[in-house]
Amino acid sequence: MLTPGQALASIAVMAAVTFFTRALPFLFFDRGGNPPKLVLYLGQVLPPAIIAMLIVYCLRGMTFHTPAGWLPPLLAGGTAVALHIWKGNDLLSIFGATVLYMVLVQGVFG
Amino acid sequence: MSRKSLAAAFPVTVPVLMGYLAIGMAFGLMLQSAGYGVAWAFLMSLTIYAGSGQYLGVSLLASGAPLTQVAFLTLMINFRHLVYGLSMLEKFRGMGPRKLYMIFSLTDETYALLSSAQAPAGVREHDFYFSVALLNHSYWIAGSVIGSLAGAALGFDTTGVDFAMTALFLVIAVGQWRAAGSHLPALLGGAATLVSLLLVGAEDMLLPALGVIVFALALLRSRLEACPRQSRKQEVHS
Repeated sequence: MLTPGQALASIAVMAAVTFFTRALPFLFFDRGGNPPKLVLYLGQVLPPAIIAMLIVYCLRGMTFHTPAGWLPPLLAGGTAVALHIWKGNDLLSIFGATVLYMVLVQGVFG
Repeated sequence: MSRKSLAAAFPVTVPVLMGYLAIGMAFGLMLQSAGYGVAWAFLMSLTIYAGSGQYLGVSLLASGAPLTQVAFLTLMINFRHLVYGLSMLEKFRGMGPRKLYMIFSLTDETYALLSSAQAPAGVREHDFYFSVALLNHSYWIAGSVIGSLAGAALGFDTTGVDFAMTALFLVIAVGQWRAAGSHLPALLGGAATLVSLLLVGAEDMLLPALGVIVFALALLRSRLEACPRQSRKQEVHS
């Protein structure tokens, strides 16, 4: 685990960088002028690629020796997607899938 | 800003109230189960104020990621805010010192409300915007504090609560998939990360994957720009 100082530093970096990404357009384009096309292009195509990256990152701990290593994330992930296509309610999809996952890892495969 | 503008903003923010309380609580629970208590939840939600950014933050804190990696990943996950800011340039003009707070608090949900909601008669537009932003931020802080306290007090087994992050990203991905002109960026992102996981390993997989993604997307620019523009409306949590 990080020391409190290291954790504070990490949080400070996250806060500063988040603010920076939000402030960028105001810093550069508030007095007119057009953003570079490459930046606008990346602003469009990066988000889906990053989210896909993070999904794989979240699932990095899957193992395939026993069903307990891959079945819970597969079932719960499938549930999140199916619920979302079906109902389109963010909260329902997230909570439904998380509760299912918790039941699976604590109860069924615990 | 006055009580009147807060009262005018409140009804507009009720959907965000529900969403932020729930997503914030899941964040507080996750952070608690990673060993960081309520003060940390409060601090992060007060100063960072970003949904997917903070969910990822839990994982970065838990894994002890180096600061360069923290900075780079936060930058990438928040890159979409660029588009939001561009469409708020006009709205925030002339807000004085409050403009800094408006920029800081420009989450996906606040952006969505500010893009559509109108200040009712008798309430100054800028007061209304500021009230919306302030209320949303307070819901987010409240949600994460409640979640953290609940995790500590109830003492129930929170094993697996971190799946909320996976589920959040899956939900965002479904929305993006529907809105996308081309599915290539999403497929590329997933494939590059999978290859990186297999070649580099789980510890250091993200930075190489990011590098490949940005480079490949830059190379594919002429091809992807020919696709219909992606909708800006993505059902996402910041």
